[in-house]
Amino acid sequence: MTGDLRAAIERVFREESGRILAGLIRRSRSFDLAEEAMQDALAAALQAWEAGGIPENPGAWITAAANRKLIDYVRREKTRQSHEEQLLYEGPQCAVFDEEMSAEEDDRLRLIFTCCHPALNQEAQIGLTLRTLGGLTTAEIARAFLVPETTLAQRLVRAQRKIQQARIPYQVPPPEQLAERLSSVQAVLYLIFNEGYTVSTGDSLLRKELCAEAIRLARILVVLMPGNPENMGLLALMLLHDSRRDARCAPDGELILLEEQDRSRWHHHQIAEGIRLVQRALGRRSPGSYQLQAAIAAVHAEAQTAADTDWKQIAALYSVLAAIETSPIVYLNQAVAIAMSGELQQGLDLIDRLGANRDLDSYHLYHAARADLLRRMGRARDALESYRSALRLTTNKIEQRYLCRRIADMQGNQVR
Amino acid sequence: MRYMMLIYSQEDEKAPTEAVAEVAEAHRQLMTETRLRGVFRAADPLQRSSTATTVRSENGKVLLTDGPYAETKEQLAGYYILECRDLDEAIAWAARIPTACLGGSGCVEVRPLRDMAESMHDG
Repeated sequence: MTGDLRAAIERVFREESGRILAGLIRRSRSFDLAEEAMQDALAAALQAWEAGGIPENPGAWITAAANRKLIDYVRREKTRQSHEEQLLYEGPQCAVFDEEMSAEEDDRLRLIFTCCHPALNQEAQIGLTLRTLGGLTTAEIARAFLVPETTLAQRLVRAQRKIQQARIPYQVPPPEQLAERLSSVQAVLYLIFNEGYTVSTGDSLLRKELCAEAIRLARILVVLMPGNPENMGLLALMLLHDSRRDARCAPDGELILLEEQDRSRWHHHQIAEGIRLVQRALGRRSPGSYQLQAAIAAVHAEAQTAADTDWKQIAALYSVLAAIETSPIVYLNQAVAIAMSGELQQGLDLIDRLGANRDLDSYHLYHAARADLLRRMGRARDALESYRSALRLTTNKIEQRYLCRRIADMQGNQVR
Repeated sequence: MRYMMLIYSQEDEKAPTEAVAEVAEAHRQLMTETRLRGVFRAADPLQRSSTATTVRSENGKVLLTDGPYAETKEQLAGYYILECRDLDEAIAWAARIPTACLGGSGCVEVRPLRDMAESMHDG
């Protein structure tokens, strides 16, 4: 290779690679595919330019070559994915995939994105999604979210008017906006699920309905946007949490912690589907927050008994999650997982370091987690103090009852 | 549909001249581009809010107040009117409007204009 040629290619690479790569990523929505296309285009450039000389606009040449490669890869990827989908979705789900991707379904996807448009406030997004795509009436949604029906109705009318008058488009967002908009859709579905999943004294039948709706909508996303691993992660996360619904509440409404749940009451077909989805999602090698949370839930689900739980793997998953989601809750859970994997002192040190700047002082779960570790370490007096701090800070009646029970137990032990 | 982009900005009096020149240049570029795309309808910068007079008519009497109506940190500093396909396009343009008119931070409010012929029917 001549020095001129090498210099030309180096210059193109330095000046243009960022722009070209960004374009490829936008078009393919895949860093991997974009990078692969870029590399291949450069190799092709070397070959062609050595024979025919350097083109007038080397950047444009590489862009065009890389785009051609990309189209090939995307085609290849699509074939592979549709093949996988058929392999993995045997059994009852099969019917969903056999349905033709009709214009009606395209419309449904457009509608999800319209309802969850970030120009609408989140309450409106949730309400519209449930009202237009879910099977709930305005009255039911109002009851589930504990707002007066007239308030909700007004909110929905206002949102629908805004969609019309500000002309919020009825479309699946263009590729360059898709990722951001999709995360807004995912957040809405997860909020709906969590509203149903949160143990409270509300209408329990309606709460189950909300979870079921959220799962149904997440399933639609998976079907309509095949190949998106975070959609799969979200559905898996919901399925795995929901599989414990009958085991996490005592008949008197008392909260039963994961550790103490009767695992025979978990819904194992849901667990199996959740685990399958997590594996399929993680196979895409683009881990996101929902996938990792689902993977953690899957590790819990796989344990025959609480003592069998693979806490080392859970701690490892939390450290990956902490790298993409810097929230105190994630750090707190990571510390608990480390403690539970046998490193009690190390876990407690991490929690204390987290609490050192006092940001978490008013967060009841911080005190509850700390109390729990102290109890396991046999430091009853310190544990009792932390349980009391947690109790002062929570407003959830069921959590309050759980903490009271712990405090009573520990006081009993101390007397003895 | 026409959208009005209302630019709200903090009036920082100590903005360095280069920063102000940069903002002005960004506006010039945006106006050129929106004109080329056939989207541009109007745009103007406003004088500082200290030049504002608020006029209110009450019972046939005209009451004047020195300054803008709302006492907020961010003041109306200018506007664009652009013809866009939908809100997404309007948001995309709005995101490119510089809001640091005098160096401070700011934001853009995007509002669809009411079509008078249409609103006659709406009531």
